[in-house]
Amino acid sequence: MSTAIADRLRGVFVEALELPADVDVENLKYRDIEQWDSLGHMTLVAAIEDEFGVQLDTEQVIDMSSFKVALDMLQSMGVEG
Amino acid sequence: MTVATSVFSKSQAERDVSLLQELTELTEHHRAASVEYRRILDAIGHPAGRRYERVADLPWLPVRLFKHHALKSVPDDEVFKVLTSSGTTGAEVSRIFLDKEAAAAQQRMLSATIQTVIGPNRLPMLLVDTKALFKNRRSFSARGAGVLGMMNFGRDHTFVLDENERPDLDAVRGFLAKHGDQPFLIFGFTFMAWLYLYELARDEHLDLSNGILIHSGGWKKLIDQAVDNAEFRRRFAQDTGLTRIHNYYGMVEQIGTVYVEGPSGNGLYCPDFADVIVRDPVTWEEVPVGTPGVIEVVSTLPRSYPGHILLTEDRGVIHGIDDGDWPGKRFSILGRLPRAEARGCSDTFQGAA
Repeated sequence: MSTAIADRLRGVFVEALELPADVDVENLKYRDIEQWDSLGHMTLVAAIEDEFGVQLDTEQVIDMSSFKVALDMLQSMGVEG
Repeated sequence: MTVATSVFSKSQAERDVSLLQELTELTEHHRAASVEYRRILDAIGHPAGRRYERVADLPWLPVRLFKHHALKSVPDDEVFKVLTSSGTTGAEVSRIFLDKEAAAAQQRMLSATIQTVIGPNRLPMLLVDTKALFKNRRSFSARGAGVLGMMNFGRDHTFVLDENERPDLDAVRGFLAKHGDQPFLIFGFTFMAWLYLYELARDEHLDLSNGILIHSGGWKKLIDQAVDNAEFRRRFAQDTGLTRIHNYYGMVEQIGTVYVEGPSGNGLYCPDFADVIVRDPVTWEEVPVGTPGVIEVVSTLPRSYPGHILLTEDRGVIHGIDDGDWPGKRFSILGRLPRAEARGCSDTFQGAA
């Protein structure tokens, strides 16, 4: 379990979605909060691609429905912390 | 990663068999789940257990019904999203209820459909619209929602129009300098693609030859310019190099189902889970290939609301069956029904035998 990726991903979520400090990022799901709506999702995807140097395909963008899914996805793509 | 398999693969004969079975099952599902729908079926002579020989025999609802009735087949506490669309008549709004499963299914099938045209990877994307669409984050217009839905298929999203809805030549030039030498996606409503992108590209000699344009929305606003589908394609190709053009047809009442123009531009095609039937506006009988009439759309996607068999308010014609770029029916939309006829549709839905 690479916590380094999780830490970086948490940072990306906070910054891209402009999350308040008290949000439980690890347990966040799409549409749980108003910042992570379909428009926020576009910003988030672009920020993840920039941070980790990856390109997500359409299925991945659509399936990325929670912080945990995003983390699993990056790990399965071989991204290293 | 993921390999997109075409959703334009079934011959008409295969489709007729699978759709009859699935749509009959869906009809029973909605009958059991929606009291209003059951009442409508009873009233128009489609009691439970009736057997059907053809998809065209299944009971259709006029699309207008969704403007007047909250038809849904899920309990209130499972409604995840309510989609609305203003029709051409302004004040009337359709309300479409999706649960989580239906919302995911429509997104998945739309995605599979669009990927048939663009492939599995997200492409650099030029949007023939303005960012100002999203100014009010809590309430997007129907246009905004349509644009947002398509943005999943792109990356490096670039808007052709600035915040004041004026063409942003620098932005377009910058996009083309960065991405113009590889396939890129262009999305926009038909009239905007023509008024803002075509004219800009022609006048400024922009090279769109690696673009794939996906557009929708109809030709009504271009009547003054005498631009129809053939002219649209011809002039984009001649003046901008853009030849990969796909018009599509769809409506919020069958969200996730889109009918896509084939590569050669000879008509719209139905994805494997959907079909169209053209009906005579007086007798409501199915008309033969080549005869214009009213378009009925069927799709196996609507499970959370009874929108699987809908009579639209659009006129159309089927040009051929299993004879084009992709299998199944090949058709065109001819425009909206005149108002009188449109009213006729909803008044006479009881006539569906």
